[in-house]
Amino acid sequence: MNTLSKKNSTPLISAVNLTCIREERLLFDELSLQINAGDIVQVEGPNGSGKTSLLRILSGLSQPYDGQILYREQLISHCREEFHQNLLYFGHLSGVKGEMTAEENLDFNLALHGNKTQESLAYLAKVNLSGFEECLASHLSAGQHRRIALARLYQSNVPIWILDEPFTAIDKQGVASLERLFSLHAERGGCVILTTHQDLISIKPEQIKKITLDYSYDSAVD
Amino acid sequence: MTLKAQSSQKTENLASIIDETFIDNALIENTVIVNTAIESTAQSSQPLSYRHAFMLVLKRDLTIAMRHKDDIINPLLFFVIVVTLFPLGIGPEAQTLSRIAPGIIWVAALLATLLSLDRLFKSDHLDGSLEQMLLSPHPIFVLVLAKIFAHWLITGLPLLLIAPLLAVLLHLDEHSYTALLLTLLLGTPVLSLLGAVGVALTVGIKKGGVLLSLLVLPLYIPVLIFATSAIDTAALGLPYSGQLAIIAALFFGSLTLAPFAVGAALKVSTN
Repeated sequence: MNTLSKKNSTPLISAVNLTCIREERLLFDELSLQINAGDIVQVEGPNGSGKTSLLRILSGLSQPYDGQILYREQLISHCREEFHQNLLYFGHLSGVKGEMTAEENLDFNLALHGNKTQESLAYLAKVNLSGFEECLASHLSAGQHRRIALARLYQSNVPIWILDEPFTAIDKQGVASLERLFSLHAERGGCVILTTHQDLISIKPEQIKKITLDYSYDSAVD
Repeated sequence: MTLKAQSSQKTENLASIIDETFIDNALIENTVIVNTAIESTAQSSQPLSYRHAFMLVLKRDLTIAMRHKDDIINPLLFFVIVVTLFPLGIGPEAQTLSRIAPGIIWVAALLATLLSLDRLFKSDHLDGSLEQMLLSPHPIFVLVLAKIFAHWLITGLPLLLIAPLLAVLLHLDEHSYTALLLTLLLGTPVLSLLGAVGVALTVGIKKGGVLLSLLVLPLYIPVLIFATSAIDTAALGLPYSGQLAIIAALFFGSLTLAPFAVGAALKVSTN
């Protein structure tokens, strides 16, 4: 089905014969893919086609109905700690607590994933939140919540980024600077797997690999 | 960018130029980071330690509770109100009240804990921080244990502190105070630990409140039976170490097993 061509060395993440069934609907089956260092993979498809399900399965949050996820050719359930140390997952929900300040939120998120927190103020400045460090997150806007969570990307040197709709509620400047960040991340040997309905403007088309999930309602009715 | 540049209005052009410089700056900064990141890969991540992870989550949950004081006040207020209503409903006879005091205090403590359980994982689930915890390289049971400990500090400990005061109100036998405090000290953590399993199982369900009560209350019954029995026995001046030992066994049993059960249940709930 949707198979990405294998490049050199071992793939960072590979999926073997994934099947996903939600609410008795088959979203995709026998989906195999390999994602290497340097790939930017855009998962496309209409609403409800299973993009989020695929990303959650790849990150190990959800279990597929059938199939396996391998991290550097090891089952992710066999190397949970190592896999999670090398994974950054960013979901629909930003994971930002309203009761804590922007800085506390970022510090917690960094520390939770085993990163150092000394330079968190600099990362907040990078996502245009300087001046808001001491504000409780509940006083900030939806876009600023997302930015607090996305600030982790600037610190992160983990290779695998799985980002579910990272551009939601982010302004144009922010989107452009995130796209640059993705290109740089791919160049330094990471991989980015993302879903978005926007076109990636500042990333060269040949750099982007696309996975198209074409769940059609007709096939489910049959 | 290109769309903006095509615009004929001068102000728009100006804006796009500013944007361009902003991005260039961002790009330069990013490049700097990339270089430093590659050089300092080894230093930028901390070695994982259980103690560090435990303290991190504990501190966070306590910070949130201190800023959101409802969480602390609500169960405590419920406890106080329920216990003070009994003398009003039953009448002020000291003999009747002291007979039923252990049961009243323990049932009220049990329901107050049940009332507060929902908060344990619900808000984290709703805002996505639970997902992030599950994806952390730290073992889940450490994070879960920290959350449960924080929950006990927020709900169990205040109950323990205010219980002697309410016991006076109910004319509890003077020999029973130590027993009351000891059973609460050993028993309320059991309520938090067992309750956490129930919450973890129901956190993904929209209206899991009823299910939670049905799941958790039967598990609370042994604690209730042995705790009230210990307090009654103490009032008679007899040794109550047997009942206390059983509550202690429940405590250590749930302390060692519940965090793993909660971790597994959370994985299922977020699936």
